Amino acid sequence: MQKSKLGLDFNRVAEAKRLAQNIADKVQQHVEGFTTVTVERTLCRLIGIDGIDADEIPLPNILVDELKEKGLLAQGVLFHLANAMLETGLDPQQITEQLVEGKIDFRKINIYPEEQREAILKPYIKEAIARVSANRKRREDYIATMGEGSKPYIYVIVATGNIYEDVVQAQAAARQGADIIAVIRTTGQSLLDYVPYGATTEGFGGTFATQENFRIMRTALNEVGEEVGRYIRLCNYCSGLCMPEIAAMGALEGLDVMLNDALYGILFRDINMQRTLIDQYFSRVINSFAGVIINTGEDNYLTTADAYEEARTVLASDLINEQLALLAGLPEEQMGLGHAFEMDPQLENGFLYELAQAQMTREIFPKATLKYMPPTKFMTGNIFKGQIQNALFNQISIWTGQGIQLLGMMTEAIHTPFMSDRFVAIENARYIFNNMKNIGDEVEFKEDGIIRIRAQEVLEEAIELLGRIEQEGLFSSLEKGIFGDVKRSKTGGKGLQGVVQKTPEYSNPFIGLMKGETTI
Amino acid sequence: MSGGLYAMDKKGGEQSLDLTKVKPYGDTLNDGKTQISFTLPVPCNDEAIEAAKQLMRKMGFENPQVVFYKELTPGFSFFVCYGSCTHTVDYTTISVPKVESTVMSMEETDEYISKNIGRKVVVIGASTGTDAHTVGIDAIMNMKGYAGHFGLERYEMFDTLNMGSQVLNEEFIAKAIELKADVLLVSQTVTQKDVHIKNLTELVEMLEAEGLRHKVILICGGPRISHELAKELGYDAGFSMNSYADDVASYIAEEMNKRLHG
Repeated sequence: MQKSKLGLDFNRVAEAKRLAQNIADKVQQHVEGFTTVTVERTLCRLIGIDGIDADEIPLPNILVDELKEKGLLAQGVLFHLANAMLETGLDPQQITEQLVEGKIDFRKINIYPEEQREAILKPYIKEAIARVSANRKRREDYIATMGEGSKPYIYVIVATGNIYEDVVQAQAAARQGADIIAVIRTTGQSLLDYVPYGATTEGFGGTFATQENFRIMRTALNEVGEEVGRYIRLCNYCSGLCMPEIAAMGALEGLDVMLNDALYGILFRDINMQRTLIDQYFSRVINSFAGVIINTGEDNYLTTADAYEEARTVLASDLINEQLALLAGLPEEQMGLGHAFEMDPQLENGFLYELAQAQMTREIFPKATLKYMPPTKFMTGNIFKGQIQNALFNQISIWTGQGIQLLGMMTEAIHTPFMSDRFVAIENARYIFNNMKNIGDEVEFKEDGIIRIRAQEVLEEAIELLGRIEQEGLFSSLEKGIFGDVKRSKTGGKGLQGVVQKTPEYSNPFIGLMKGETTI
Repeated sequence: MSGGLYAMDKKGGEQSLDLTKVKPYGDTLNDGKTQISFTLPVPCNDEAIEAAKQLMRKMGFENPQVVFYKELTPGFSFFVCYGSCTHTVDYTTISVPKVESTVMSMEETDEYISKNIGRKVVVIGASTGTDAHTVGIDAIMNMKGYAGHFGLERYEMFDTLNMGSQVLNEEFIAKAIELKADVLLVSQTVTQKDVHIKNLTELVEMLEAEGLRHKVILICGGPRISHELAKELGYDAGFSMNSYADDVASYIAEEMNKRLHG
């Protein structure tokens, strides 16, 4: 039995997980009946369809839009591709190119028996699985031979808008001690229902998540990793309207960490909840198989709601996210469940409450690679105070054994980080992580003290909240504004028109293969 | 390196405050002492330090001192420096345009509106364009507000709608027409490559094209927005850092009253 430093009752934790599991199961029942345009485009990408047409429209979009327009998408893109391959003798890429030239009408193609369809797709599926497996092995080999940074992993962002400039910044950060480089996406990509193509040199506040950008940065990080003798992880964002597509691109290019949270998209990008939960399921199956650590976005709740009062919503959401991830086959070690150091610095004993929250999260998700977010809401432009806020945040992280430390920048709320801002932040974290390394082993929390009582209260409040969500259902709870004070309707938001109910012919063999339930 | 730390030589010269010639204050009037940090894209060596000092002199600093330097990555050197600024400004001739209103409490504003306007004021807000940041608009509009200042939602005399982030200008205007909004609040946080200027200008142009511009009070806000910039772009007012819901609410109430009763 796990021992709690906070006096948490693990029977109550089990109760919280049971409630969260019921909530997730109901969502999953809904999800399984449907596919979406981006799920289908993901299948296109996995079996090798890539490139753009003369108007820069990605070929997977051209194919999936054509099927949707003709009312054929419910059977799935693989069904139609397999029939077309059998009929024409062409490969998936060639068929799509023929479509671009207007030489194929899917309505006129004969339907072939299931065994033949499976057989003709098999080599393409096998190749995708092999490529993703090879990337996973590359990471594991690097870590085995070269090593990696100790936890908490130091995570910094690069956000110049030019992928080649990002490379300079990322390599500098790795030399300074960063373990994870997150390449910030250009503003607004989450709302695009396609993935742009090629290298980005002029983005706003970041670069597009494109397969080419992934490739450029992965190569640069391999290079600097070998130089510093430490594996450097690459993080991007599979969130928004193209969740599974970006997960697939990341898996094909060897990304290591992905922001991957439907709840975040629903609440903060107004993406339709049905659409994004369907998308999330497949994206998490892919991330799971690729060995990618997912990050969830609970920290964001606290930018709109109060961190002290709404602590239970962060915990409740982490619990639901954990269960949804388990349903997609994601191991706990790959769960970067999110939380944040966002209480008002004016709050008396705020540090103690933050400590309670972080320790509680650690104990409730003992194996997870927890992602701990820095102060942002109360950063003021007073960089001197900001540096101290970040120092307190770093202290809690080393004290409570967080998994990923997204470093705070003293210039948060002013600009995207300068190279020197990152240096100052990394120096701050390394100083504290080294200087206070074993404090968590040494210091215990007073029985019936502020910290223990706070943690126990937050857990009880989260259980109460989960009980209500279980009764209500997740969709309806979101409609009532249960998280982050934001209300979203089940049929509102962006992307619902891209949801399609599957027919019995529908098949997505990657789900079974990637979850290890089937073999090829 | 730290030779100047306890220097006993002259610190300023002129020892009295002359507002026509103001310069930075370290610990003695007119000493001009300034701290500055920057990175140079050169290898970290003695030449780099000298380059930093020469640059400081060109910036107008006397006695430049590099108190800390460090290679950030090969080819990039970071410096923390001090120097005495030789430039001065004439404080007496400076005049900055400001939002002219008397800041009232929430209760006072509610009372002011019910007395002078006699109905609820409809306010819609959004972080427009591609901007995904809601921190600013939430701080002004949401019930809870920010730093102890309640947001407009909590005011009795405001009917509010916070549309959130990434709202297209078209969508924003359509909602304004639908709700017959009196006041439009636009928040812009991302300023990279002046994207906020383009977006704010587009909104004004679209409102003018719809014949709506003069019918609404148009306000923008954000950390890099000043009242002066707002006026320049065709807005009625602009609010920057350290502005809260009460500042915005008071301005709205008084401006509405001015427009109704001259």
